[in-house]
Amino acid sequence: MITAGLDVGSRTIKLVLFADGHIVHSAVADSGLKPVDRCRRLLDSRSFDKLMVTGYGRDLVAPGLSGATISEISAQAAAVRFLYPDASSVIDIGGQDSKVIRLSPNGVQKFEMNDRCAAGTGKFLEIMARALELSIDDFARTALNAQRSVTLNSLCTVFAESEVVSLINKGEDAHAIALGLHQAVASRVGSMAKRVGMADRLIFSGGGAKNPCLVRLLEEKLSLKITVPEEPQTTAALGAAIIASLQPPSPSTGERPGVRVP
Amino acid sequence: MVLTENEQMWSELGIDLASHGQLMNALGPIYQEIYLGQKNRPKGMGFYDFVVGDIHGIRVKELREHAKSGGKVVATYCVFVPEEFCWASGAIPISLCAGTAFSIPAAEEVLPRNTCALIKSSFGFKLGRLCPYVQVSHLIVGETTCDGKKKMFELLAEHQPVYVMEVPNKRGPAGRALWQQEVRDFKAKIEELTGNRITAENLGEAIKKVNARRREFKRLSMLRAADPAPISGKDALLATQVSMYDDVERETQIMKALNEELEERVKNGEGVFPKGAKRILISGSPMAIPNWKLHHIIESAGAVVVGEESCTGSRFFNELAPEGITDLDEMVTALADRYLKTNCACFTPNCERLDDIIGMAKTLMADGVIHYNLQFCHTYANEAIQVDKALEKAGIPLLRIETDYSDEDAGQLKTRIDAFLETL
Repeated sequence: MITAGLDVGSRTIKLVLFADGHIVHSAVADSGLKPVDRCRRLLDSRSFDKLMVTGYGRDLVAPGLSGATISEISAQAAAVRFLYPDASSVIDIGGQDSKVIRLSPNGVQKFEMNDRCAAGTGKFLEIMARALELSIDDFARTALNAQRSVTLNSLCTVFAESEVVSLINKGEDAHAIALGLHQAVASRVGSMAKRVGMADRLIFSGGGAKNPCLVRLLEEKLSLKITVPEEPQTTAALGAAIIASLQPPSPSTGERPGVRVP
Repeated sequence: MVLTENEQMWSELGIDLASHGQLMNALGPIYQEIYLGQKNRPKGMGFYDFVVGDIHGIRVKELREHAKSGGKVVATYCVFVPEEFCWASGAIPISLCAGTAFSIPAAEEVLPRNTCALIKSSFGFKLGRLCPYVQVSHLIVGETTCDGKKKMFELLAEHQPVYVMEVPNKRGPAGRALWQQEVRDFKAKIEELTGNRITAENLGEAIKKVNARRREFKRLSMLRAADPAPISGKDALLATQVSMYDDVERETQIMKALNEELEERVKNGEGVFPKGAKRILISGSPMAIPNWKLHHIIESAGAVVVGEESCTGSRFFNELAPEGITDLDEMVTALADRYLKTNCACFTPNCERLDDIIGMAKTLMADGVIHYNLQFCHTYANEAIQVDKALEKAGIPLLRIETDYSDEDAGQLKTRIDAFLETL
């Protein structure tokens, strides 16, 4: 049986096809203004038996594609369990949200999310990189190469941006500002992680995990070794596909052979 | 333009008709979507649909009639204010809290933005001249359960007579003495306002009336322990919200009929959600009309809310006042003690509340507890840490939510609640 997991996030849409315990296909696309069309295009000419949709847009997308829905938190937990059977906690930094999850032997024991605010999310880092006129990759590299950091007082995206502008105008070094911004995010996410209680083995997923400076700072803050999956962006999609594969076929229709999306 | 009978009344009460019209027009579709779309609702909810359908009409008219014949209307903000004195002296107590984002911009012209939604919404109702219940009342009674409210009452007093009761922070002998004096002073204040003496006889009767309503709500609470749940959490919450400003005897009758219908349902194994639906207890900040947001998200996700450990829930009806005391002074002391048992987060310590939450979760067979915190309500937000610890120890899953009356975090809340339900 082939199952499809679709993660309709605020910035990107991720697809994973899962069959016989293996990932057989994965793809990432921008969400754009028409996420439903993007999803259809991602699924175009792909055959699968069942579809599970997760992410912010799950309720928008699932009905039109005859898919079921699952929360991102359960999806992340399922993927991390599959990839790392000995994992005990997860940090997930996405575009809109950051989440921390403590795993139990059969799923999620406890979780927390940032409160409706960009602080501590990928969006925050994107905006700050732009303020420094750097690409998101160069932003992380610049921070990693910093000799020292400046302390940023605000984590409110708008205020932090004006703080950055005034630091630049004071002649402050871009490396030090970049590191200060990364420290601010690591501190926010780290506090949330400590509240929930992270333990070995800690997995860092989501687009934020592609930032090596953030990985290092979180390791320092939590005094834990962090493992980043090979494709950290697609873990929620993978989890959705895994959950779909574990669910019994629906009694009314049974397993549907190769649903093809028009 | 010809005014309707209601509009005529609102205009006489000084309501800003244009803004008020917008508020009423917004409420209709919300109620339609959240309430009338529910399946298999108890017939007994018909009364509440009728009340909400004319939410600023019928009851306000009654209160005005009462005022026209010389009666007084006493508006309160909190379950600490002993309503029995009002009923005993012939005054009508009504609850004033407000639960809509609509009135907040008016409040923010004066109050700091980082004030809790309940305080802002309520103050905005007065400032924006949006609430006929404030307009019709002769005295507003505040209390010192939180610093935000305490200071808001000073500003409110610039617009209307306000009387504030001091609630102690500790329940020890000094706190108890202070509270008893506050209750006696409030009794004197109500006697002065109404010109009527509060006697052992009329107070004894008022205690019985209010207790009768509390008993019906306790009965409703027990009926919600059944699986399948005979009534939705939304409907039970609405009944509580309405009864906080309705006539005490009428509410007792309405609730009695509703409870009889629900008893029948429980006997027949009939419910509003399938048997085995996930059961959630809500604990924390109060939810004033039309704040049905959290209940709606939870019940739209297929779970059922089986109880509210809050001021618009158990804290409103759990404790009965002692009956059968004949000495007025002893009666007042006993009444004061009854109110001091309200397990509000304004107390330190407030361990009793933790016991209440665990007790309710067990009695109502809740699968999990959602701690609801209005943003910027610091007492409940901090107490949530103790709640978290106590529930973890008791092995009861907890989700902490902090929000306000707006819809800006609807997607976030849905993700959290879906995820929480998936873990249960």
